[in-house]
Amino acid sequence: MTSKALIKVENLTGGYNETVILKDVSFEVYEGEILVILGTSGCGKTTLLKHLIGLLYPFSGKIYLLGHDLLSLPEKKAMILMRKIGVLFQNGALLNSITVADNVAIPYEQHTNLKTDLINQLVRLKLKLVGLPHAAELLPSELSGGMRKRAALARAIALDPPILFADEPAAGLDPVTAASLDRLLLDLRKLLGMTLVVVTHELTSIKRIADRILFLDKGRIAFLGTMEQAMASESEPVKKFFNP
Amino acid sequence: MNAIIHKLPERITYYEVPSLESELKSLLKNPLKEIVLDFGEVHTLDSTGAVFIQSFANRLREADKQVRFEGMSANVSHTLQLFAPIESKPASKPAKENIFVRIGDSAHQWMSYFIESLVLFADIFYWAFVAFFRKKLRRRSEVINQGVQIGVNALFIVGLIAFLIGFILALQSAAQLRLFGANIYVADLVAVAMISEMGPLITAILVAGRSGSAITAEIATMKVSEEIDALNVMGVDPLPYLIVPKLYALLIVLPLLTVFANVIGIIGGAVIGVTYLDIDLLPFFKEVISVLRYKEIFTGLVKSVTFAVIILLTATYFGFKARGGAEGVGKVTTSSVVASIFFVIVADSILGLIFYFGGPSF
Repeated sequence: MTSKALIKVENLTGGYNETVILKDVSFEVYEGEILVILGTSGCGKTTLLKHLIGLLYPFSGKIYLLGHDLLSLPEKKAMILMRKIGVLFQNGALLNSITVADNVAIPYEQHTNLKTDLINQLVRLKLKLVGLPHAAELLPSELSGGMRKRAALARAIALDPPILFADEPAAGLDPVTAASLDRLLLDLRKLLGMTLVVVTHELTSIKRIADRILFLDKGRIAFLGTMEQAMASESEPVKKFFNP
Repeated sequence: MNAIIHKLPERITYYEVPSLESELKSLLKNPLKEIVLDFGEVHTLDSTGAVFIQSFANRLREADKQVRFEGMSANVSHTLQLFAPIESKPASKPAKENIFVRIGDSAHQWMSYFIESLVLFADIFYWAFVAFFRKKLRRRSEVINQGVQIGVNALFIVGLIAFLIGFILALQSAAQLRLFGANIYVADLVAVAMISEMGPLITAILVAGRSGSAITAEIATMKVSEEIDALNVMGVDPLPYLIVPKLYALLIVLPLLTVFANVIGIIGGAVIGVTYLDIDLLPFFKEVISVLRYKEIFTGLVKSVTFAVIILLTATYFGFKARGGAEGVGKVTTSSVVASIFFVIVADSILGLIFYFGGPSF
């Protein structure tokens, strides 16, 4: 890869409380690529994602986002850096008490000095981009699972972040909705030039979107490479995953 | 050439848009009709910048200006196409309703609340009665667990508040009774006030705030997270399963807590009697015993049982009314506490009148 690395992880060891889940994990994610983190349940996928987005602090190691050392940044600067990443949570994490439009407007209202008219236009535009042009005034509880994820995606891409993290975007969705969400992620990558880190264990979804695969097994990287390389890998857990 | 050429900055993102807007505003007032927005130096344009530039160009056109974009790179042109602003239609205002229609709607709503609560009341009592004879429905361990949570865990706070109430009652009345040399009647006043009025009322208010809110929040959370639906589809009625053990626990625990509050309140009064009014402990308690009739004790107990039912019904009713997510739970919990305290005070007044004018005489 000749592109520059937007995410760089060096010797990351981390977990919850005192339980070590990730052991000495190192990898890079390059500009414009889609890296899929996969592995069996409990292997540390979501834990790794939480470290990358600053929700968990590792026991040791380094994380560079857009060239900044995330762990040594002062809190205020880290918050500013966080505006440059978008996160699509597993359940959408929309605020249930406000409308979809108000949810998407949060990043604009909190991080910019834009006027309300312009914010409203941007919100509508982002909802149109994710295929929800008529859902603006609905409450999250009035949306289906797939629509909720799309609305959450509209919020995640509000400020055109160069990096988007997605936790199990296809989980709990029917194959048609999951495929359309995958296509949407590919379109957004193409349109906005985003770099995507996607955590999933849906095999069909991986085949559709992954440029490279990072396979975690018991907290360690068991494989890092393209889909073709993964299919030919001699690593036992990788072989088991693709041919259960 | 009769055109204004405005060079746009290198970066137009959500960060630069507010300052760019104030810079471009002067173009609206410029008498020249033709405006050229020069994109020659623009290399970073995000969705906010793209929407802003195109919306602003539309504003200029509405002000009878001719606007041209020049010097765009392929990337910038692509971004502008991708993020073309969407015209918004002004939301239509709902028609204002006639005041009589609103009064009627509101009366109808209150009526339906009343009927719903009556149905719930009847259901709970039906199940409470049935469960009494069916061992399986009684869930004894849950009754004990609830009894500990509602009663034992509230002992400290109920005791502390009752002590302070008894103390203050005695202090306030002592100042007046002293003038007439009627110090000993402080004991009568504290005993009657605590047992027939303050004890049951204060205990019920504390339990409504502490346990009533917990019951509402628990049921509301179960409702919004579909746990109640899960019970229903398993063929388990949530009323006998969840509510009846709480009703049994409250019916047992609230009268006991009330008796406890009464005793501690009287002790609070005795502290003032002994320290401030120089009454000996023994005469104080002899006076307390002599003044109390069964009627006061009976009144207090009837009140505490009634309050237990009110707290449970209100908490359950609001819990089942929860809609939406976390905010819905918060709303019904607040409403439940306010309504419980209100209904407890209303019931206290009604029972007070009944016992004063027409209660049993012992």
